[in-house]
Amino acid sequence: MSAPSAASPAVSADQRPRTLSGGPLARVAAGTLAMAQAEMRKLRHDHLDIFTRSVQPLLWLFIFGTALNNSRVLSVGRVEYRAYLTPGVMAQAAMFIAIFFGLAVIWERDLGQLQRLLATPLPRTAIVLGKATGAGVRALVQAIVLLVVVAVAGIGLRWSVAGVIGALAMLILATGAFACMSMLIAAAVKERERFMGIGQLIMMPLFFASSALYPLRIMPEWLRVVAHLNPLTYEVQGLRQMLVGVGGRGVVWLDFLVVIGFFAVMLAAATRAYPKAIL
Amino acid sequence: MNDPAVLVDDLVVRFGELTAVGGVSFAVAPGEVFGLLGPNGAGKTTTIRVLTTLLAPTEGRALVTGFDVRTQGLAVRANIGYIPQAISVDGALTAYENLDFYGRVTGVPRRERRERMAEAIETMELAPLLDRLARTLSGGMLRRLEIATALLNRPAVLFLDEPTVGLDPTARSMVWERLDALGEQAGTTILVTTHIMEEAERHCDRLAVIDRGRLVEQGEPAELLLRHGVESLEDVFTAVTGRPLDEESEDHEGRLSDVRAQRSVARRLG
Repeated sequence: MSAPSAASPAVSADQRPRTLSGGPLARVAAGTLAMAQAEMRKLRHDHLDIFTRSVQPLLWLFIFGTALNNSRVLSVGRVEYRAYLTPGVMAQAAMFIAIFFGLAVIWERDLGQLQRLLATPLPRTAIVLGKATGAGVRALVQAIVLLVVVAVAGIGLRWSVAGVIGALAMLILATGAFACMSMLIAAAVKERERFMGIGQLIMMPLFFASSALYPLRIMPEWLRVVAHLNPLTYEVQGLRQMLVGVGGRGVVWLDFLVVIGFFAVMLAAATRAYPKAIL
Repeated sequence: MNDPAVLVDDLVVRFGELTAVGGVSFAVAPGEVFGLLGPNGAGKTTTIRVLTTLLAPTEGRALVTGFDVRTQGLAVRANIGYIPQAISVDGALTAYENLDFYGRVTGVPRRERRERMAEAIETMELAPLLDRLARTLSGGMLRRLEIATALLNRPAVLFLDEPTVGLDPTARSMVWERLDALGEQAGTTILVTTHIMEEAERHCDRLAVIDRGRLVEQGEPAELLLRHGVESLEDVFTAVTGRPLDEESEDHEGRLSDVRAQRSVARRLG
């Protein structure tokens, strides 16, 4: 091959070292947006994915919920059990998406996408935040499908614009937090097979030791303590308060505070551990 | 030589007891196409991972466009393009969406993004493929798309790790044709790893032969053949290492995930 000749404007390499425009925060925001938009585009290309992901929460709602609709133990005042259950299955389905995001990032490592991203100037925080936002976007679409079905089925939620927007915001935050947690797990276990086992091991106790399916008051004391340490409980309580009008202590801001705190801690930990640790 | 585009000085990378790279030194001039040659497990990919800031060196120094990979990682990443051996574009996005995504994450200014994408599309002849999901593209098309995504930030140095592995001869030829044009017309410095000696001989300006983590020979292809009085680079490898090229070291075979990833790439590209 000959020495370089006149540069083509089409692909000319600037031999002077380039500096990046914009500060770190602007680059984090731009990178996060790019990754979130990529997730939206993937969803748009795969309508079946939205459908199949929506089946599981609907089964919980219409089979489990219908079967226990008249249970006295689970009765919560005048609220129908299926309405009570709706925020729980919404949070559970979103958590499933988030937890298995870790599996996707191990897959991306194996495919080479992660290495490629790490060799770009994209800040590490943007990679983690972008993944978390991507999980939040998927959870949001799934939740909207669920709410539409619930509305058509005539399940008695307390519909209000502020309540629905607040609930969806809470859902995105919590899903982002669980996605960060799954990236931490992925950074620790590194292999797909191991992740599957550990993912299940963490997900099921989080789900059953929360207020997703039943009120905390029917739990034995020790389990109630565990549930109070479980961030999913606060997410479900917040969602329930905003969508149904009943919940833990009826203090939504406290639930938001716990979920935001959980997100901040998980984001910081995941940014530190992932993605270098997964290579 | 002008200030080198890439300078590697006594680079050492250890993973516990294993020394993957043991004191490698070389320099790549601006605009040069430089090949790192060696069998699988020789330390080529580890070297490229250090140069792309994915891996910290244990000892030694590595500079890319004058920036230290250890202390100026962000500046290095702003000035390079990198295409790993595995497929790095997202199969669930179209070719156009992949270009747009990499334009954003490599920091291409918004006002220039469309123009740069159009240039990369033209250079890599991707126009008929833009609306296709990447997972439906053939191996050669995927590699062209990957190279296009790596050109958007106009890298001073382009790193390619085994870019033609798993491709059929026609696709290989097309990828090299594009890379040759890139080097000749744009003056992009290209550092490529390969274990295919015929490609290295035909397309690289200079070569470094790596074996078991050590650099055992370097020079222009014709110069190496002349120096050792042989007719092929395989024979050069045998002359400097005392064993044939296809004999791999068991110590360097890699983890299960690496092997699985390599097989996955070969399956996807083939």
